[in-house]
Amino acid sequence: MFDLVWWCASGLRRCRPRQRGAADRAVSDRGKSVTSLLNVEGLTIGFGNDAPVVEDVSFSVELGQTLALVGESGSGKTMSCRSVLKILPPAAKILSGRVLLRDEKGDGVTDLLPLSNRRMCDVRGNRVSMIFQEPMRSLSPLHRIGNQVIEVLRLHPDQSKKGKNKKRVLETFERVGFPDPERVFSSYPFELSGGMRQRAMIAMAIVGRPDLLIADEPTTALDVTTQAQVLGLIKDIQQETGMAVILVTHDLGVVANMADKVCVMNRGRVMEAGTAAQILGDPQHPYTRDLFAAAPKIPETGGSEKAPDKTDLVLEMAGVNKTYTLKGSAPWSPKVIVQAVRGVDLTVERGKTTAVVGESGSGKTTLARIALGAEAADPGSAIFFRAEKTSQPLDIQAMDRDQRVAFQRQAQMVFQDPYSTLNPRMRVMEALAEPLEIHGIGSNSERMARAEEMLKWVGLSPNMMTRYPHAFSGGQRQRLSIARALMLDPSFLVCDEPTSALDVSVQEQVLQLLEEIRDRLNLSYLFISHDLAVVGRIADDVLVMRAGLVVEQGPPEALFFNPKHPYTKALIAAQPEPDIHRPIDLKIVAQGAGDPSTWPESFRFDGMNAPPLTETEPGHKVRCHA
Amino acid sequence: MSIQPDGRYLDDRPYEPDPGTEARHADMDMANWRLIFRRFREHKLGYFSALFLLISYLSLPIAGFIAPYSPNFRHADHLYAPPQGIHLFHEGSFIGPHVYPITAEVDMEDFSWKYIPDTENPAKLQFFCEGNYYKLAGLFRTNRHLVCAPEGATIFLFGSDRLGRDVFSRILYGAQLSLTVGLVGITVSFVIGIVLGSIAGYFGGFLDWIINRVIEILRSLPELPLWLALSAAVPSHWSPVAVFFIISIILGILDWPGLARAVRSKFLSLREEEFVRAAEMMGAKPSRVIRKHLLPNFLSHLIASATLSIPAMILGETALSFLGLGLRAPAVSWGVMLNDAQNLASIEIYPWTAIPMLPIIIVVLAFNFFGDGLRDALDPNRS
Repeated sequence: MFDLVWWCASGLRRCRPRQRGAADRAVSDRGKSVTSLLNVEGLTIGFGNDAPVVEDVSFSVELGQTLALVGESGSGKTMSCRSVLKILPPAAKILSGRVLLRDEKGDGVTDLLPLSNRRMCDVRGNRVSMIFQEPMRSLSPLHRIGNQVIEVLRLHPDQSKKGKNKKRVLETFERVGFPDPERVFSSYPFELSGGMRQRAMIAMAIVGRPDLLIADEPTTALDVTTQAQVLGLIKDIQQETGMAVILVTHDLGVVANMADKVCVMNRGRVMEAGTAAQILGDPQHPYTRDLFAAAPKIPETGGSEKAPDKTDLVLEMAGVNKTYTLKGSAPWSPKVIVQAVRGVDLTVERGKTTAVVGESGSGKTTLARIALGAEAADPGSAIFFRAEKTSQPLDIQAMDRDQRVAFQRQAQMVFQDPYSTLNPRMRVMEALAEPLEIHGIGSNSERMARAEEMLKWVGLSPNMMTRYPHAFSGGQRQRLSIARALMLDPSFLVCDEPTSALDVSVQEQVLQLLEEIRDRLNLSYLFISHDLAVVGRIADDVLVMRAGLVVEQGPPEALFFNPKHPYTKALIAAQPEPDIHRPIDLKIVAQGAGDPSTWPESFRFDGMNAPPLTETEPGHKVRCHA
Repeated sequence: MSIQPDGRYLDDRPYEPDPGTEARHADMDMANWRLIFRRFREHKLGYFSALFLLISYLSLPIAGFIAPYSPNFRHADHLYAPPQGIHLFHEGSFIGPHVYPITAEVDMEDFSWKYIPDTENPAKLQFFCEGNYYKLAGLFRTNRHLVCAPEGATIFLFGSDRLGRDVFSRILYGAQLSLTVGLVGITVSFVIGIVLGSIAGYFGGFLDWIINRVIEILRSLPELPLWLALSAAVPSHWSPVAVFFIISIILGILDWPGLARAVRSKFLSLREEEFVRAAEMMGAKPSRVIRKHLLPNFLSHLIASATLSIPAMILGETALSFLGLGLRAPAVSWGVMLNDAQNLASIEIYPWTAIPMLPIIIVVLAFNFFGDGLRDALDPNRS
């Protein structure tokens, strides 16, 4: 068990003299009236002599309650809840405050901060446990899942009966929804999908029957349908065991679905705290209001459904297939053929946005790469590009060298990860001038002038030209990435999840920027996303993909107001919304997100014999048996 | 306090929304090398090693000026002279730096040279004096020395060897070859390693396969016999300089596989970064992607690993020369000097002939500390 070991080991390393004297005067205020399970009072954390990153933060949580800590990255929410377990980074110092945990018998409280690390190990995993954001990184890749989970029981032997450990772990596995606990017990983390790994993490966290579960962005790395199921699971388990949950998240939709109490944080301070009904129903603080304004929402009302007129198409893809052949696990075993994209028809109108929505592995990124000619589709696919309305269509599959260079000037891409999209060794001006340099356009001073202009366009000041990417925040980097894509004055942009790594408020700004630029330059976007709410805002035409197939296609109004396909319905139902009166309907999610062979009769298929995409209304197509 | 009537907590400080258009930290705006230097300075041992190495390398061209004698100048009367101390006080009074002249006597019991210092007549050292002729930085012929002993006296800081040559002067001259052999060798291995490693890592496929097999074959060869064979093939009539270059190139040729592997694995991981894919989609050619995007991002790591492999080169030269297969007299290197100390009996009687080991140990340690410090400073996980 990676994390427990790490807690204890890193705790021992950090056992400094500062803590030694305080270790034995752990406060036990028995006289005080005890109210909450966990009480954090006036917590202030700082690095070195810098201004504190967490300042005077207080919150409390009671058994059976869920407290949500909401805020953007860098708001100090993770720091605050990690200080409860004392697993802060080595350089962080707790400057003041108390973390009071009610004793097991309920007759007193203990301040956790002065506790020695040896005694903290009794608290961790036993009374308080934690789920982390990255399910892959919190499980040791070298050990079987079962052994990692059982280790929690071995580390806290007092509460387990010898020989019963395995049975208890298997029971927990069943509880978190593994259909075959025995198989999971003996499998390695890499054999499970992201959602399954997170379930294993939850199993590990609850197997010691803790009083408090801290979930640090437990679903941020998961697909929206998986997220809904994992959140539902946490809620169920909480109701069953009556433990307290602290949920750290940046997503107000998740908060609305889970929390009883909400604590909104920004720049290390609590902005607003209260019950979920108060905060979500009537936000008072301007920051909370900003967060609400930025949260993407699925449009409620159906607009006018009009069929797009397909006269001026920038990109036209018809019957696009892509298969990958993987080597078998051994030379004699047969090769595995993976169909990443199956018969996709897609058009992008000039000045409009076509969006592709789907979970990870649905083939949407492959489709984007094919559209840019970075990957060759299977023979028989037709992909044509028109730089201008009147120009001859260019067959992307069969470009010669000159055509490819010309195409690369017309079609650009905005990438997903703002932290790897810019070369850390290049100043902003070099990064921006690079496309022009590659294509040999303009003199140096002209390139610089263009770069400055583009910086202004994306809302950054020109004095950033000489800076390095590491001086910028994620949102700023994504702006730079957009500026770089615009340098060549393209007519077509592929945006591969440009906002999925950003905070909600920043996401809102970037989406707004993308819209502005599209309208200003008459750009056309192919927008890839897993988030229906984001797509609903920016797209004119949406394709919902599942396992390489388009299952439903139409304008966003039609799709959201009148979804036909169970998978689309599941996506919409799974979308957490910042409204406590609209809980996630897990039944719809489970049905749509399940295997195609479990879908309702008219949509059901098995393997390769998928039903055709039939047009039910003008511009609205659904994959179903007519 | 800001508890509202309905029980909620509200922060009462004025709130300004962050428009997100300004950069965050001014100090993060520094060029990368300045950040690295700032972190490197925290590694005290590495920092002082770097300073020491810098001074050592800067003093190489003026070694002849610092050394009191030329490397092959023989003092026929002072064979195996022991190290002489420099004194400041004579009979209790300060008279400036001086040495006591020594005269040789044969000990008839064990037939070794014994030297009797003449403590009556201190010989004051002269500064910026004239002595043996040498070429400053290999260009200007001059006979100025920093320090020399007056007529009739000698200055052997580390003693003299079996031919009466000053060990201290020879160590300084030897440094010229011993310290640079590593640099030349590392340049050779750097060029081969980066070129082949980047080809293997960037293009992959068949080229990658070929280069990997070559690396494996080279790594499977026993190193010492191969060195021996290659250096034995150097014709004996070649000039010392030619031999020096051949030796360093041999060392470099045998050293590149490790570097090529490091480069290849770095390339494989960097290729997945989005800025590389962005450049490719913009239409950048492979040579540009490698030059502008891949190499700058791990050149610093390569420099750190190269720093750590220079000591191996220095030790390799020393080992070869010690075995008599590397540089040969009249060339002077630390290995050549140790070659004279092969005889255990003579080390027992004249231990100072083994003194050239000290600079080797110090330089190799300094390079290792320096490399460690560099590697720590470059570690992106520690910021």
